[in-house]
Amino acid sequence: MKHYTRIQDIRQDLEAGLISCAQLVEHYLEREQANRHLNAFVEVWADEARARASEVDAKVQAGTAGRLAGAVIALKDNLSYEGHKVSNSSRILEGYEALFTATSVERLWQEDAILIGRTNCDEFAMGASNENSAFGPVKNAADPTRVPGGSSGGSAVAVQAGMAHASLGTDTGGSIRQPAAFTGLFGSKPTYGLISRWGLLAYASSFDQVGPLTQSLEDNMLLTEIMAGPDGKDASMSQAPAPTYRSAQAPSKARFAVMRQALEHEGMDAEVVAQTKALMAKLEAAGHEVSVFDFPLLDAMVPTYYVLTTAEASSNLSRYSGMMYGYRSPNATDLESTYTLSRTEGFGAEVKRRIMLGTFVLSSDQYDAYYNKAQQVRAVIRQQTDEILASADAILIPTTSTPAFELGEKSKDPVAMYLADLFTVQANLAGNPAISIPLFKNEQGLPIGMQLLGKREEEQSLFDLSKLLVDLVF
Amino acid sequence: MSISTEKVETLAHLARLSFTAEEKENMREDLEKILAMCEALKQVDTEGVEPLIYMTETHNELRQDDVIQEISHEQALKNAPKSDSDFFRVPKVIDGQ
Repeated sequence: MKHYTRIQDIRQDLEAGLISCAQLVEHYLEREQANRHLNAFVEVWADEARARASEVDAKVQAGTAGRLAGAVIALKDNLSYEGHKVSNSSRILEGYEALFTATSVERLWQEDAILIGRTNCDEFAMGASNENSAFGPVKNAADPTRVPGGSSGGSAVAVQAGMAHASLGTDTGGSIRQPAAFTGLFGSKPTYGLISRWGLLAYASSFDQVGPLTQSLEDNMLLTEIMAGPDGKDASMSQAPAPTYRSAQAPSKARFAVMRQALEHEGMDAEVVAQTKALMAKLEAAGHEVSVFDFPLLDAMVPTYYVLTTAEASSNLSRYSGMMYGYRSPNATDLESTYTLSRTEGFGAEVKRRIMLGTFVLSSDQYDAYYNKAQQVRAVIRQQTDEILASADAILIPTTSTPAFELGEKSKDPVAMYLADLFTVQANLAGNPAISIPLFKNEQGLPIGMQLLGKREEEQSLFDLSKLLVDLVF
Repeated sequence: MSISTEKVETLAHLARLSFTAEEKENMREDLEKILAMCEALKQVDTEGVEPLIYMTETHNELRQDDVIQEISHEQALKNAPKSDSDFFRVPKVIDGQ
């Protein structure tokens, strides 16, 4: 079968009768069978996808098909889809079945997307390597001894290995962009509040956003546009009307700001630095402005992120009590032991570590020193980000300091793992949109992603600038 | 900041988690490492800075206070680890005396 990177090309061939949704679904199901060793899917909805494909094929025939006809999409295992299991790749949600559908998923469905299955992720979206899953680690298709990134690692690999056309992930501190960079995909996180969080199983509510992982910029824009816009079920959203995007157009002159520390940080991979510098030179040669700025707050970003997200997580995850849904320990004898044993047996090590840290920073004697302080630092980070973006169209930084690392390489040291988010957390802390663009590969053939961080609610400009980079490199 | 084993036990109790002796020690060390990383927060001057709490301009986007039946009684009980036809079943909370 022809390899499609854009939904618009699938659509064209569907209408020309060159291909059918049924054939597409069979193709992805075969790829899924052949790539089981990558452990990308937790569950595949094969029969439903087949039934849906014939439905959509009929709609194409009748000329009534929606904008996502022919798009076979995988969902991260933390997005609710009515009547289907969703577990956040955690034992504590063993057997849990969603009673309603996430707004983001519902909007794709309304446009005739075919949903093929749910994908493995770091438990409760907490991780940067997809090694913290109750279903075992996901492996990178570019090199199965390496991680795919996380937490949306299964969503990334599903697309990377051709098991789905595109996928949805969620991004709290880089969980879409970092795996996109490690697997050679476009992965974006919108402005906070652009896409409804209704039906997304919460990790850290003031950070979490849903976004797409795609093979093309066009698809990334299309899926974002379809999911975006106010939803009465998420009161924290922006109330601005849903945006519509025109085709991305590379501006003839743009201003990029590059963080000096991203070029000089001790953990930076030499090839990543070299590619970044080469890209900067190329941009300047093409007449664009590239300025380098100092961001002394870089070292404070990951700590701010961990204090605030673990605080929110300790609160959000208190609902998993073994009472009304999910796992209940068979060893419990009374109320207290039901709570404690269900949670102890149901949550994995990283989730427990974050709940403990969150409980610590929220405790009355530490609240001011950590939680309140981090909220203040978050305000400073946002303000300084805005200042940089007042004289630049976007911040350009590598998505990650290194290409995909090896399985097990960082799993013993939480601090080393947390630093994998070094360049991605800024967008979540400030609430800005950001995208990882698959521009390069290293000598071993591992993908390297470049990230653009743009102004809030100006996704169109971010997509235009992404087009500029893609045109320049390819 | 140093974290004592007692502190780990207090936090575990508050979070309704339990740990073996070895897990406690690992957790104690991990928390110390993570909090050492968090020392960087203290370097940032936040004198007079209002904490950032709301991420959008939307504050209190109110809806009508209508009663909406979103799920049925049966659906609510569907995922219960233990239930009868009407209620969630939980271990006895008050003993019989």
